[in-house]
Amino acid sequence: MQNSWKAYDPTGFYDELISTPGNARAPAKKLISYLKTLSPEDMEIRRNAAEATIQAMGVSFTVYTDEGNIDRSWPFDIIPRVISKRQWDQTAEGLKQRLQALNLFIDDLYHDQKIIKDGIIPEFVLKQSSNYRKECEGISPKFGVWAHICGTDLVRDSDGEFYVLEDNLRVPSGVSYMLENRSIMKRVFPEVFEQVDIAPIGDYPARLFDTLSALSPNQEKKPVIAVLTPGIFNSAYFEHAFLAQQMGAELVEGSDLVVGDDDCVYMKTIAGLEQVDVIYRRIDDLFLDPEVFNPDSVLGVPGLMRAWRNGKVALANAPGAGVADDKVVYAYVPEVIKYYLDQDPILPNVETYLCYDDKQREYVLANLDKLVVKPANESGGYGMLVGPHSTKKERETFAELIKAKPRNYIAQPTLALSTAPTIVGKHTPEPRHLDLRPFILQSEKSYVTTGGLTRVAMKKGSLVVNSSQGGGSKDTWIVDTDADKKTQQSKKVDE
Amino acid sequence: MLSKVAERIYWAARYLERIESTARLISIYDKLLFDLPRSVDLSWYNLIEINSLQESFNERYSVKDERNVMKFLLGDESNPSSVVYSLKAVRENVRTTRDVIPADVWYAINSLNLYVKEHLMQGVNRSKRYEFLTEVIERCQQIVGILHSDMPHDEAWEFLRMGWNLERADMTSRNLDAAVAAIMEMSDVDDAVNSHQIIWLNLLRSLNADQGYRRCTRNAVRSEGVVDYLVTNTDFPRAIAYCLKALQMSCARLPNSGLVAEGIQSIEAECLESFDSKLSGQPLRDYLNDVQIRIINMHQTIRETWFPAWD
Repeated sequence: MQNSWKAYDPTGFYDELISTPGNARAPAKKLISYLKTLSPEDMEIRRNAAEATIQAMGVSFTVYTDEGNIDRSWPFDIIPRVISKRQWDQTAEGLKQRLQALNLFIDDLYHDQKIIKDGIIPEFVLKQSSNYRKECEGISPKFGVWAHICGTDLVRDSDGEFYVLEDNLRVPSGVSYMLENRSIMKRVFPEVFEQVDIAPIGDYPARLFDTLSALSPNQEKKPVIAVLTPGIFNSAYFEHAFLAQQMGAELVEGSDLVVGDDDCVYMKTIAGLEQVDVIYRRIDDLFLDPEVFNPDSVLGVPGLMRAWRNGKVALANAPGAGVADDKVVYAYVPEVIKYYLDQDPILPNVETYLCYDDKQREYVLANLDKLVVKPANESGGYGMLVGPHSTKKERETFAELIKAKPRNYIAQPTLALSTAPTIVGKHTPEPRHLDLRPFILQSEKSYVTTGGLTRVAMKKGSLVVNSSQGGGSKDTWIVDTDADKKTQQSKKVDE
Repeated sequence: MLSKVAERIYWAARYLERIESTARLISIYDKLLFDLPRSVDLSWYNLIEINSLQESFNERYSVKDERNVMKFLLGDESNPSSVVYSLKAVRENVRTTRDVIPADVWYAINSLNLYVKEHLMQGVNRSKRYEFLTEVIERCQQIVGILHSDMPHDEAWEFLRMGWNLERADMTSRNLDAAVAAIMEMSDVDDAVNSHQIIWLNLLRSLNADQGYRRCTRNAVRSEGVVDYLVTNTDFPRAIAYCLKALQMSCARLPNSGLVAEGIQSIEAECLESFDSKLSGQPLRDYLNDVQIRIINMHQTIRETWFPAWD
């Protein structure tokens, strides 16, 4: 593979593994020199091995198409993305800080709304947020925490720094794929794991279990935890089942649960009804409880909100937590961190233009061809305009949308997303853009995954990494480069 | 455990057993072809009749030949008794109970699924059918083996056992029926006695029951002996009486099992204790049919007891 690595040209973007043609970055040095020893045939064999492993492990996700739902094998690239431990530790601190502040913010919004009274955030931002739930006002979840599980999307710009692109506080998915990617890599490149100090990631399910257990309203007994899934046709069903299995929790659908006259939640078992203490719900707010929200929802459980409000069951994430998931709120997060924690944000935001502000909107409309425009409340990469890749007609459509509902749109400069070598065709590495989704937990304690899920746009030049739109993924390695020095030193002492 | 999970596990086990039993059923006929005199014209369509699949078979095929029967029993995606359909059902039921089923079982099922997809035509054509069926049977046994050794023998386990014992009792009765049907077709053949012998022996072999039969009966392979063994023996795991006994044991370990246990008892009392090993021909087929109907009724009771439609 010597030649194809020599031909690899990272110019123009920050590349995660290769700094200049022929030179690997420090944490990736061992990996790259190993990959260079593999012939194109070897590379192809490994790639096929990865595919076979994915099929045998049944790692899949569901794609919605006109012809029905298809269970597709998980798209995976065998070259890992490597980050140095030192940089990651710093990033992890930033992520914890951010979620702590966001939780204080959500709690404030559903109680006194001090941040609005103090004029940090304009009131209409909240009033017009489609994720604000009046039904949650005055409720105080345990530890003051509303968003217990958060998936934050990070991107690296051309300066090599991580920026927060968005916070997913509703039902973020992807963590099972992060774990499965590692299992696949261990089978495909077992040798490399002997040579490189790759931090393990496998403790996530145990940490999630602890996070959820701490929420139980009945601390005197071992909590009964259930993962509430919309069912087998949901794109993330694989993950729901995976997490339930890994935690030893029950995987339930709405129809398996019932709320009793005592406001407790019960599941239907072979021996009758059994009480549930904590529900890790993977259903959107509006489908949770047909008595309170969408009356047509068959996914939810009638009375669930009543049970939660009366403290009979814990819901993670709490209903209404998505209010901080709004992209307009996102623009204020640096102020939010300052306001509640009196700290400077460790992780920077991407520069964001708020279309409701006249001046900023004017700028956005004049520069649509350069900006990325996003709806404030969507996820999954839907309903976006990527300016430089758009047609004139698309830009005109978005201009109209923005003018009609300025509050619903934000715009950001088109980032020079970092790249990493990705196998194209059978065995040739080429640069492809990627992002990173770490997962942050918070209840009694905070926790950040070691690395996260790296998503990669498989199409040349594309910036869209979502698996529903042709994105793939990579294993993410946090490598301790200092560990080598330490072992060398200790060896010297031994001698 | 959740009623829904119990139900899915029960069905996963039934379909898993169905795959193995169907493969065994086909292999009875496949082996017979080697041994029977060439003058005997054995009808593959018998396999459709004993599974009561005439209607759906005739909807799809007009010619009742070996190839069509094989396609229907192995690869037909709309026939709930076919290997491909059953496999899909196992996969779907395990996919939705991954919190209870050991991960290795899930991997093994995926791998069986890939194998069947890739090698299906080997099963349809006669030349490599033996390898195909053997591989399918062995992989099913591997899955059962992993379940046996890796899965906690808790309530979920009992639902697995119930699923496969019920399906087994049903399939053993159908396997027997297949043999009786073949024998009835053969009544006017010169070499009938010898042919009967071959059929019974192959039935035993396909159920891996020949060794057990000899050890238990210390007798040559004869019609009454074989039928009696496969119906009333309480030690051989594929015998109907054994399956019912195992179902009783599962009931004893599950809550609210009263009605189901009573149902099993009545089958034991009315069908097994008074079983006449001299039955043959159509009366034996009628008897087996009655057993099958009782098993279906027992399934209804199981469903109403543990997987009710809650209101």
